[in-house]
Amino acid sequence: MKTGINTPIDSRRKRPYKDIMSTDIDPKLLEILVCPLTKAPLRYDREAQELISDQAKLAYPIRDGIPIMLPDEARPLDKA
Amino acid sequence: MSTPHNDVLIFDRKRLLQARKRSAPALADYDFLIRKAQNEIIDRLGDIKRDFPLAAHLGREGAQPFLLDAPSKIENLIKAFPPESASASSQPDIFADEDYLPFADESLDLVLSTLSLHSINDLPGTLIQINRALKPDGLFLAGMFGGETLWELRESLMQAELALKNGASPRVFPFADKQQAGALLQRAGFALPVVDSDILTVTYDDMFKLIHDLRGMGESNIIAARSRTNPGKAFFMEAARYYAERFSDPDGRIRASFEIIYMIGWAPHASQQKPLRPGSAKIRLAEALKTKETAL
Repeated sequence: MKTGINTPIDSRRKRPYKDIMSTDIDPKLLEILVCPLTKAPLRYDREAQELISDQAKLAYPIRDGIPIMLPDEARPLDKA
Repeated sequence: MSTPHNDVLIFDRKRLLQARKRSAPALADYDFLIRKAQNEIIDRLGDIKRDFPLAAHLGREGAQPFLLDAPSKIENLIKAFPPESASASSQPDIFADEDYLPFADESLDLVLSTLSLHSINDLPGTLIQINRALKPDGLFLAGMFGGETLWELRESLMQAELALKNGASPRVFPFADKQQAGALLQRAGFALPVVDSDILTVTYDDMFKLIHDLRGMGESNIIAARSRTNPGKAFFMEAARYYAERFSDPDGRIRASFEIIYMIGWAPHASQQKPLRPGSAKIRLAEALKTKETAL
């Protein structure tokens, strides 16, 4: 089995997880993540490394390849 | 939109996360209960003949990553932990709070949780979210602390407080009990719910060793309505004395109970067994019981 979506355990041991994901987030993970508040789909902003919830007007940051799906940590969009 | 946090807060989640963070570096010395729950869950999973392409593990795990050497049929495991709960050996795949799960409807085949659901504020809400995130016929399997947990400590602290301070304040978690867990699963819409529990008795030198261990697990008092004043040394000495007097073995070590409730539930699916509709029976009860039917 693998821990981490589509990430073989061996490759994970050899290099830090962030190297795998810093360029791109796993599309499979992206497929199932929704806004934790509205459960609506998210837009992936690759440049900003953010997952954007248009309904909740929040941008969830991706730090070191790990999506931070916490409303308290999200950036409110209208204050951008 | 309203969030669970607008309602009455039982637990102070910020404090919980601080406690988990403090416990993370040395968790390996104190995670025996988490390990126990993980092993039980692995066992139960082994009994279920099925493949789980995509699973999520909520809450926290012990110092040893979950399922690593398990004979499991999980292809991909997403670890979704609150920040700070990650130990050095286990980075989560996403940070998430169990109160607000970030999973799309019908996206997961399996949701696991080991000893974290006892400390969330809106357990019914979280169970409903888990049910929604599961594909039809998806499995939820969790272990959480139950109502018998630390009852000796609860009583000792209460007695000491009554003796010294003319009143009692909540110092030990209000845990759900087994019956409540079953009702919660049904209320959240899970099919074929099964709940059972294990009571583990652990012995310690004294109450202070026990409290030290609880801190080590990251389980200090996070009740929002807890008393904020330091009750003082006399209070703890009295509680420890009461504890030793009432709940010790002949060798002088004190006993502490931990109840772990295991919950299993399935997201509803047409293929699952269901009771027949009333009145749809094809055979008389008297025939089935091989007895004679008599009028009332």
